[in-house]
Amino acid sequence: MNDHTSAATDLSAKTGKDYWKSLEEYSGTERFKDWLKREYPQQADLLAIAPDRRIVLQLMGASLALAGFNACTKQPEERIYAYAKNPEAMVPGTPLYFATAMPWASGAIGVLVENHMGRPTKIEGNEAHPSSLGATDSFAQASVLDMYDPDRATAVKRRGRVSTWDEFWGELRTAVTIASSKQGEGVRVLTRAVTSPTLGAQLEAVRAAHPNLQVHVWEPMHRDHQRAGSMLAFGRDLNAYAHYGQAKVLVSLDSEFLTLGPDSVRAAREFTANRKVRATETTMNRLYAVESGSTATGAMADHRLAMRSCDIERFVRYLANRLNVAVAVPQEKLTDQEQRFLEALAKDLEANKGAALLVAGAWQTPVVQALVHAIHDKLGCIGKTVELLPPVETFGADVENLASIKALSDDMRAGKVSMLVMLGGNPVYDAPADCDFASAMDKVATKAHLTSHENETSRICDWLLPESHFLEAWSDAKAADGTVTIIQPLIAPLYSSKTAHDVLALMLDKAGTPAYDLVRAHWSAIKKDGFELAWRRWLHDGVVEDTRAASVQVSAKAITAAPSAVAGGFDVALRPDPTIYDGRYSNNGWMQELPKPVSKITWDNTVQMAPADAKKLGVNTGDMVEVAVGGRTVVGPVWVAPGHAIGALTIHLGFGRVHGGKVGTGVGFNSYALRSTTQQWGAAGATVKAVGGSMKIASTQEHDDYETTATEADKRKIVRVRSIDRFKADPHSLEKEDRHASHGETDIYAKPREAEIDALRDKAYVKEAAARKNEQGFNNRVSDDYQWGMVIDLNACTACGACVTACVAENNIAVVGKEQILRGREMHWLRIDRYYKGDENNPEVHHQIIPCMQCENAPCETVCPVGATSHGPEGLNEMTYNRCVGTRYCSNNCPYKVRRFNFLLYSDWATESLKLQRNPDVSVRSRGVMEKCTYCVQRINHARQTAKREGITPKRPDGKIREGEVVTACQQVCPTDAIAFGNLLDTTSEVYLLKQEPHNYGLLEELNTKPRTTFLAKTTNKNPELA
Amino acid sequence: MSDHMHDQRDQKQQDAIIAPGHTLATITDKISEIVLTPPLKTPLGWHAMMGIGSIGMLLLGATVTKLVFTGIGIWGNNVPVGWAFDIINFVWWIGIGHAGTLISAILMLLRQTWRTSINRAAEAMTIFAVSCAGMYPLLHTGRPWLAYWLLPYPNTMGMWPQFRSPLVWDVFAVSTYATVSLLFWYTGLIPDLATLRDRAKHKAVKLFYGMLAMGWRNAASHWDRYETASLILAGISTPLVLSVHSVVSFDFAAGILPGWHTTVFPPYFVAGAIFAGFAMVLTLMLPLRAAYGLHDFITEKHLDVMAKVLLATGLIVTYGYALEVFMAWYSGSPYEEYMLINRLTGPYAWTYWALILTNCTIPQLFWYGPARRNIWALFFVSMSVNIGMWLERFVIIVTSLHRDFLPASWGHYAPTVWDWSMYAGTIGFFLFSFFLFVRVLPMIAMFEMRMLVPASGVTGKDSDHKHGGSHH
Repeated sequence: MNDHTSAATDLSAKTGKDYWKSLEEYSGTERFKDWLKREYPQQADLLAIAPDRRIVLQLMGASLALAGFNACTKQPEERIYAYAKNPEAMVPGTPLYFATAMPWASGAIGVLVENHMGRPTKIEGNEAHPSSLGATDSFAQASVLDMYDPDRATAVKRRGRVSTWDEFWGELRTAVTIASSKQGEGVRVLTRAVTSPTLGAQLEAVRAAHPNLQVHVWEPMHRDHQRAGSMLAFGRDLNAYAHYGQAKVLVSLDSEFLTLGPDSVRAAREFTANRKVRATETTMNRLYAVESGSTATGAMADHRLAMRSCDIERFVRYLANRLNVAVAVPQEKLTDQEQRFLEALAKDLEANKGAALLVAGAWQTPVVQALVHAIHDKLGCIGKTVELLPPVETFGADVENLASIKALSDDMRAGKVSMLVMLGGNPVYDAPADCDFASAMDKVATKAHLTSHENETSRICDWLLPESHFLEAWSDAKAADGTVTIIQPLIAPLYSSKTAHDVLALMLDKAGTPAYDLVRAHWSAIKKDGFELAWRRWLHDGVVEDTRAASVQVSAKAITAAPSAVAGGFDVALRPDPTIYDGRYSNNGWMQELPKPVSKITWDNTVQMAPADAKKLGVNTGDMVEVAVGGRTVVGPVWVAPGHAIGALTIHLGFGRVHGGKVGTGVGFNSYALRSTTQQWGAAGATVKAVGGSMKIASTQEHDDYETTATEADKRKIVRVRSIDRFKADPHSLEKEDRHASHGETDIYAKPREAEIDALRDKAYVKEAAARKNEQGFNNRVSDDYQWGMVIDLNACTACGACVTACVAENNIAVVGKEQILRGREMHWLRIDRYYKGDENNPEVHHQIIPCMQCENAPCETVCPVGATSHGPEGLNEMTYNRCVGTRYCSNNCPYKVRRFNFLLYSDWATESLKLQRNPDVSVRSRGVMEKCTYCVQRINHARQTAKREGITPKRPDGKIREGEVVTACQQVCPTDAIAFGNLLDTTSEVYLLKQEPHNYGLLEELNTKPRTTFLAKTTNKNPELA
Repeated sequence: MSDHMHDQRDQKQQDAIIAPGHTLATITDKISEIVLTPPLKTPLGWHAMMGIGSIGMLLLGATVTKLVFTGIGIWGNNVPVGWAFDIINFVWWIGIGHAGTLISAILMLLRQTWRTSINRAAEAMTIFAVSCAGMYPLLHTGRPWLAYWLLPYPNTMGMWPQFRSPLVWDVFAVSTYATVSLLFWYTGLIPDLATLRDRAKHKAVKLFYGMLAMGWRNAASHWDRYETASLILAGISTPLVLSVHSVVSFDFAAGILPGWHTTVFPPYFVAGAIFAGFAMVLTLMLPLRAAYGLHDFITEKHLDVMAKVLLATGLIVTYGYALEVFMAWYSGSPYEEYMLINRLTGPYAWTYWALILTNCTIPQLFWYGPARRNIWALFFVSMSVNIGMWLERFVIIVTSLHRDFLPASWGHYAPTVWDWSMYAGTIGFFLFSFFLFVRVLPMIAMFEMRMLVPASGVTGKDSDHKHGGSHH
C-alpha cells in the first residue's frame, strides 16, 4: 500500500510533460522493480530478463486489466446441511406456535407467536390468557416489527464507542463494591412499571442487599391518579377490575377502555359480547360516554356528552350526588343539556343496580376515581360488575411515579447520585418537563442505560446496554388480573443484548446466571412439588395456573375532598397516542402508518379542537398554532375534530422524537414539553394562537368536507343503523326500507333486484355455483366443497385497528410513509372507514371495516386486460401478482376501492433484519403491481394441506376442511370477534348462519356486484329519555 | 402572420378552393420548393419550432427514463384516482388524430375536393398524434416492460389477454388505426415522392426520394393501382374514424363508475374527437399557411368549412354534456346524482365550467360568418377547443374517479412536475415530428392539387384522376 502511495506521490510530483516520457525511465527504478517483484514474482522475473519498454507497458496494461478482476470476488461457498438431529416438531414450511406474553405497564397480554424455522413472524392471541382471550391489540401485533427494527441498539457502547458486556460488568461491579461499603449509597436504579414477579423479587433483593440504594419508578403513562383515588375511597391501593360483560349500563368517563392498552382486548370482547344483535338475541347493553376528545370509545357510545376534561369531575360530583353518594358539589351548575344527560343516566344507573359500570380514564382526577368506586359501592356493583384486585405491579406498586422521578432528578441535581442504572425507558424524553432530567443527569458520574434502541436518554449516558426484546429473552409477566405468564424466547437475541434480569443479577453478585435460571429459580421456589411438569405446562399453555389475584372485599369511604373552581381558558388534555402510545412505538412504521381510530391521521400528532373553536380562532386543519399553558408552550398543527368538546384541546404524546430512529425522528411535535409535574395530563387555562404557516396532515380519509361526506354517506345507506327497538319490531321491513331508500322513489328495478338478493341470501352460493357450472368457460371451475365468505358485525367493531395491523403483519404489507399517504397511496388491504352523522358538534360516529368484498360479479375481473385478477373456484377474487402489468383499471372499477397499487418500490427488499420478519407464505410485492385482500388465501391453503394430509378421520369424516380451521388474520386478531369467516356451503358454519340474519346486508349490492363480504347492520340502544 | 385578406373580393373568389391563376407548374413549384430548398435557406420560424420540439424531445427522454427506473409513482396518480394525466393525454392525443382520418377517408369518399390542400398535413398530424397517444398506455403501466402481455401471441405461459377488458380492445383499435393511417398516408405520398425525386438536384436527395417513391413511373397501371389502393384504404379507414374513439370511450363506458358508465359515450367521443382534431388542424395550418404563404392553396373557403365542422361537432359535444346532466337526474341513482353535483360544485368544478366555456360557448362565435374567415378568431377558437377537449377528459377521468361510491374512499388528485413534463414532452415530440415532416415531405398533396386546376381537365367530381401525375 505504501508503495502505491509513494509511487503515486512520485508521479504526481512530475510535470505533465515528462509524465509520459519518463514512464520507461521511472519503471526502471529499483523501487518499482522491487515493488513489482513483491506483487507479481513471476512477472518480476520477466522484467528482469527483458526490461523492454513494450513489455513493461504490456505488463502494466495487463495488470491494470487484471486488477479489475478483483471485483469478481468468488462467492463464499455455502453448504446446506440437513439437521443431523431434527429439532423437536420442526417441519420446514410448517410454522410452530409458542405461548408467551407481551409485558405492559397495566398488565401483560398473553400471545401465541408463529415461528417459521426459528423466526418469529406473527403474533396471535392466546385463548387461555385472561387479557387476550385469543385476540390481541395493535400494539402486540406491531411488537414483532420492533424486534426486527434495523435501528435497534446492537452493541454495548461506552461513551459512543463499542465496548463489551464484560467491561460493563467490571465497572458496575466496582461501583457496587465501593457502594457496598456505604450500603449502596449513591447508586440509583430507575425502572418502568414492573409486572414481572422475578424482576420484582430481584429488585427487592437488590434493595435488601444495599439498604441505601434507591429504586425509582417512572412509567410515563402511570396510574398515580387511580392509586390516589383508591386511597381516597378505600384507604388502600386497589385495582378496579371490571367485568364488562356483566354490565347493562356502562359509563365511560374520559376513558379509552375499549382500545388503549392490553386489557382493552378483554374489555372490548366482554363489552361487545352484549351488543351482538341477532334475530333471536335482541338484548343489548348501553354505553354512555362523557369525554373531551373524540375517541374510539366515545364513538361506540349510544349517548355521548362532550365536556372539557377538567369539567368532568364536576359532572361526576353531581352524578354521585344524584345517586345519593355524599360528596360536595361545586357552585357552578351543569348546563341544561348536561343536566338532562345526567338525569337520564342516573335513572338508568339506578334501574340497573348491580349491573352498572363506570370506567374513568387514568388521567381523570383522584376524586373522580374515588367517586367511581363510591358509586359502584352505592349501586352494589362491587363483586358483580367490578372486582377489586391488588395492584398488578410486582415492585413499587405503592410508588407514586411523579414523586419518584422528581426525587430522583432533584437528588441527581444535588449531587447525591454517583451511579444511575436505568432499566429501559427514556426519561430524558418522557420525564416531566420541569424535572429537566437531561441536565440533572450531567451531575451523575456514571450513567448506564439498558435500552432496546438508542434514544434521547442513551445518547447522554456513559453506557448504552442493548436490551433484549421480549421475543428474545426469558422473563415472566403478570396480567391485569394477576395471572402470570412465563415469557419464553422465540429466537436467540439478534444482537448482543441482555435483559434487566441480567443486570440486576450482577448487582446481586450472581453475574452470569442466565435469565432462564433466574426465572426458573423464582418459580421453583414457589412451586416445590412437580415443578418440572408444571413448568412445561406453563410454557405450553402460556399461563401459570392459580396465580390469579384474589379479590378484596372492602367498602368505600366518604369522599371529603372539596371541589375546585371552574377554570377558564382552553383545557388541554395530554393523552397517550392511540397508535404510538407514549412514544414507545414511534420508530415502528406499522404503528405510525396505522390510522388513528376516529381521525384517521397517520404519521403526526395534532392539536385537536372543536369545529366551533377553530372557527372562533380563525384556523383550519393543518394551521400551526401555539398552545401555552402553565408557562410552557408547544407549536403544532390544528386538527378540527367533529364532536370535540368546546373550549378544550387534545394533544397526543409520543411524537417529536429527536433521536427516535429512522422512522420516528422528527415525526410530529413533542408535547411532553407541556407535561410538567403539575400538569401531567394537561391543564386548564391554556391560550391558543395561530402562529402562521400550515402543514399537511396525512389522513387516510378526506377531512375538508364534513357536510358533503356525512350527507352522501347517509343517503347511500353505507353504514345501516337502526335502533334496537325498531329491530325488535320488524327486522325485515327495515332492511328493505334501507335498500329502497338508496334508490328513492325511482327504483324501477325494485322487484327483480329484491328477488335476486333474497335468492342470494337463500343458499345463494349453492345455486350460483350450479349456475356457473353450466356457463361456458366455467366448467369444473366452481368448487362444490368450499365457497368462502365473510360477515362483519358493525355493532361489534370498535375501530381499534388491530385487524389492520394483523393484516400488515400477515401479508407483508409495505409501509409507505407520510408523503405517499398524502398522495393517497396507503397500502393497507383492509381499512376501517369512519362516517360521521348529524351535527358536527356531537356527531354519531360509525365505523366500517372494508376488506376486499370478493364480489361474485367482480367489476375488477372483467376489466383486467391480462387476466391477472380472476375468480377462483372457491369464490375468491384472486390476484396474480406475477401476471399484473399495472394498468390500475381494476382499482378504478372497484366500487369499494380496496385495491392497492405499488406506485413505487414500497417493499423494503434491502434491509436484512426486516427480511426475517416476513411471512414466507406470502409474496413480497415489487413495484408496478396491484395487490389486495385475498381472504388470507395462504391460510386457506394451509388448512387444505392439513385436511388432505390427515385424510378421513373420525373428526373429519368427509376429509374436508372443517369450520374454524381457516381463520383469517383480521378475524383471528379481532378483540370483539366482529369478523366471521368460513365456508358458505356449510350450512352449519357461523358465516352461513350470520348471512341468514335479517340485518345482513351487502355493501353497494344494488350494483349487482354480489359481495361475499357482508355486514350486519349497526344497532343502537338509545335511552328513550334522551332521544 | 400578416393579413392577406383583400377587402374587394368577389364571392366566387372567396369560395374558391384554389386561388385563380395557378397552373399545373406553379402548384408543383410552390409546394416542392418548400421541401427542396437548400438547408441554409430554411425559414427561421421553422428553426424556432424545431428547437422547441427538440427541447420537448429531450424532456420526454428524461421523463421516460426517470419513469421507467423509478415507477409511475413519480406522477400524481393514486387510489382512487388510478388514471389521470396518463389517460387524459392518451385520449386527448388520439382524439386529435381523428381529423386527419376523417379528412383523408370520409371526405375523400364523399368527394369533398376542398379537403385536398389540408389532407396531407392532417394525416401527418394523425400519425404523430397517435404516436404520442400510444406512448401513454404503454408507459402508464406499472411494469411497461411487460406491457406486451396485452398482445395475443402464443406463449409458454399458456395465457391469452383477457378479451373482456376494454383495454385489450384498445390495443387492437389503436394499433389498427395507427397501421392503416400510416399506410394510407404513405400510399398518398408516393406520386409526390416521385415528383420530388425528379425535381431534386442533389444526387443524395434524388436517391432518398427515389427510394421512398418505390419506383413510381407515372404509368397508367400505377395510377390504376394507386386509385384502387386509395379507395380500399379509405374504405377501411372510414369505420375506423368511428370505431377507434368508440372503443376508447368503452374504457370508460364499460366501467361501473358514475360518470363513466354512460351509453352516450361512443358517439359523443367520436364527435369530440373530430371536434378536437379539426381544432388542432386549424392550430397547425394557420401559422404554416402564413409562414409559407400558402394562401392560394388553403383559402378562406377551407377555413370557413373547417369552422363549420368545428361548430357542428361542438354542438354535438354540447348535446353530450347536456345528456349527461339529464341522465344523472333521470337515473334517480344517488351515485349519478352526486357525480353531477360534484362536477358542477365539487373541488374540480372549475374544470367543468372552463370546459363549458371553451368547448360550448366560445365556438358559438362561428355562427357569425366573418368570424369563420378571420384567422385571429379561428386561432383563438381552435386553441380554446384544444384546451376544452383536454379539460373534458380531465372532468371525465379525474372528477369521476376522485369521488365514487364510498365517501370514505374519496380522495384528491394533483399532478406533479413529472406529469407536466411528460405532457410537454409529447407535445415536443409532436412538434419535432411535424416540423420534420414539413421540411422533408410535401405538406400539401401536389398531384391532387393539380387536379383542381381547370387546366388539368378534371371537370366532374366523379371523374378519374389520370390527368394528374408528375411532370417535368
